[in-house]
Formats: sequence, structure tokens, C-alpha cells
Amino acid sequence: MTKVIKVLGTGCPKCQSMTGVVKEVVFEHQIDATIEKVEDIAKIMEFNVMTTPALVIDNVIAIKGRVPSKEEVLALLK
Amino acid sequence: MFDWIQNSADWLVYEVLNLKEGQHLAEALNFFIYDTTKILILLVIVIFLMGIVNSYFPIDKVKNYLSRNKLYGLEYLMASLFGVVTPFCSCSSVPLFIGFVRGGIPLGVTFAFLITSPLVNEVAIGLFIGLFGLKTTMIYVVSGILLGTVSGIILQKLTLERFLTPWVKEVLANAQKDQEVFTAEKQTLKQRLPVIWSEVRTILKGVIPYVLVGIAIGGFMHGYIPEGFFEHYMNRDNLFAVPIATILAVPMYSNASGILPVVQVLVSKGIPLGTAIAFMMGVVGLSLPEAMLLKKVMTFKLIAIFFGVVTLCIIISGYAFNVFL
Repeated sequence: MTKVIKVLGTGCPKCQSMTGVVKEVVFEHQIDATIEKVEDIAKIMEFNVMTTPALVIDNVIAIKGRVPSKEEVLALLK
Repeated sequence: MFDWIQNSADWLVYEVLNLKEGQHLAEALNFFIYDTTKILILLVIVIFLMGIVNSYFPIDKVKNYLSRNKLYGLEYLMASLFGVVTPFCSCSSVPLFIGFVRGGIPLGVTFAFLITSPLVNEVAIGLFIGLFGLKTTMIYVVSGILLGTVSGIILQKLTLERFLTPWVKEVLANAQKDQEVFTAEKQTLKQRLPVIWSEVRTILKGVIPYVLVGIAIGGFMHGYIPEGFFEHYMNRDNLFAVPIATILAVPMYSNASGILPVVQVLVSKGIPLGTAIAFMMGVVGLSLPEAMLLKKVMTFKLIAIFFGVVTLCIIISGYAFNVFL
């Protein structure tokens, strides 16, 4: 099943590096997933996070407030 | 405590590079090596310790604590204290603000947190210890916390809810205390350390260039500006020095790292410490990029009031330092 990945962040450098990490992992491991960047603050707040960037996988918050390592993202996606 | 760094710097400059003691270049290089080594070590220690504290007090826990407990006026001080241990990235200020409002935390308490969080942060503390010593650092930290507390109380008294943007007012109307239970990650310190350590590395990587440039400029100025140069027109009796320094500082944005080493040299050349601290607080605590971000949740009028009150408090504390230090 295709996983729905969302990266929540208003466009700060940390949010961009999180998007980069996620994209790399998905590409390198050929994971079936869509990646969406959510930059609208009202939409971000629907997820009830207070620190960005946040990683949402299939509508569940997986990581918030920090940039994860590739291994961590891979473990979450498996 | 830092003797060994001085010895290593001496050895490197005078023995290895074979430069003569007393030479301009040799002294500047020695100063640069000593200062950067000392400051980097202090930064690692402070950021690491703060990282540990923060790992046990994540922001969600802080929010729930503030919205659940009746603190009889102490909530401003608590919010301000929490601001110290929470790392602050101006890009997080909006989600943070909304999170607090949604949790039913009064606007003034939220402001207290928002003011102290950037003002007293781990990078500023590490640099302060390295450049000004422990005593001045304590004064900075304590006054930063008090400044956040007092400004928060003042802002609460002004009942500013009407100046929030419409969608935030809606959030405010639906605010509820005690919502979802925060499930803390149950981890041992050992499990937390890798994450904390990688945070330390990220923060350091971000500030090192600024610190190096700042110390280099400071080192250069150290050698070329005569002692007491500034005393002439920036002395304690000049009543305009503090406000001018503060107002100049507010639009500036430099995460403290670049500007602090320069300020330290200015102080050693005769600028009063209070004026320098007011300038520092203006640079670190308030910035134009932050104002731009806050526009999403606050009307222009509210941002202006917020910045105005904080600027005023900074100016007052600048005067106080100059009188009492």
C-alpha cells in the first residue's frame, strides 16, 4: 500500500533538510510512498504539533521538532 | 581552569609557528586560538547539558503543565524559565504560539515564554561564560528571565486578545484545557544521548562560522582600537546611549554568536556593560524575521505593542545595569 508521508514545516532550513532526508530514503529503498510538504500554518496546526519540522506518516505524527537520521526514517517506513 | 588552553596556544604560536612574543600578529593569533578553543568547549558543554534538560521537558509537557496547574501568578515566571531550557528556532514560534493558545494558556504567559526563549538560549549562555565570565552570565540569565516575566505580565494587563488575527481568535474561542494526554517517550538517558548529541552537532555546525568570524573581528579590533576609545561618547552619563543601542539592535538578526565576541571587545574598550547588554538583548531577543513570522497570528498593531513593551523593558534594564554594575 502506498504510504502517505507529510513533512510539516513553514520553510525553515531544518524543514528543508528533513524533506531531503525523507526523499533520499524513499528513493534509495524504492519505497512506495507519496511525499507532501505542508507549509500552510493553519494546516500544520491541524496536526497539533508545536515544533517544526514534523514528520507525519499515514496521518500519524512520527517525529517532531528535529531532523531525523536516514536510518530512523527507514525504520519508521518499514 | 583554562590554563592548559593558554599553554597550548602559547606553544603553538611561539614554538611551532616560531612567532615572536609581543608581535602584533603573534598576539592576535594567540588570542584567536585561545578564545575559539575555550568558547567551543564551553558551547559543547552548555548545549549538551541543555539538551539533556530539554529531552526530559519537551515543549508539549511544558504546555500541559502550564495549562493544567493553577500557579497564582507564578505562571509567568515558570513560562519564562521554561523558555530558557527550550531551544528556540524562530520558525517554530508560530506553531508554538498556537499550541499555547489552544491549550488555554493566557496570552501574557505565552509572551513570557516567547520572549525568554530566544533571549536566554544555550548558545548565548555558552558564549557569555567564555567571553564575560560566570558572574556576568548569571546577571544576563537572571535579568533575561525577569524581563520575560515582567513583559509577560504587562502584556497580559493590556488585554491584547482583540488584536489577534481572525483565525487565531477562533482557535482561542475553542481553547480547552487539558486535552490530549501527552505520552512521553519512555527512554533511558543512554537511549536519549545519541539524539541529544546529534542536536549538539547540528547547533554547533550552524553557529561555528559566526563565532569564528566574530572572534576574528574581535581579535582585530582588540589590537587596533585604543583603550577607552568609546568612553568618550558612550559613557554612563550619556542618557541616550542605552536607547540608541537597543533600537539599533532590534532589527538586527544574528543568533548572538557573531555579535557577542565583538561586543566583548567593545566593553573592554570602554562601552558600559549595561549599554552592551541592552544591545545584546535587542539583537538576540527581537528580530525582523520573527516579526514577519508572527504576522500570521498577530495584527501589525499587536506586534508593534509586543516589540514596544519588550524594547522598553530592555532599555530600562540597560539603565539599571549601568547604575548598579
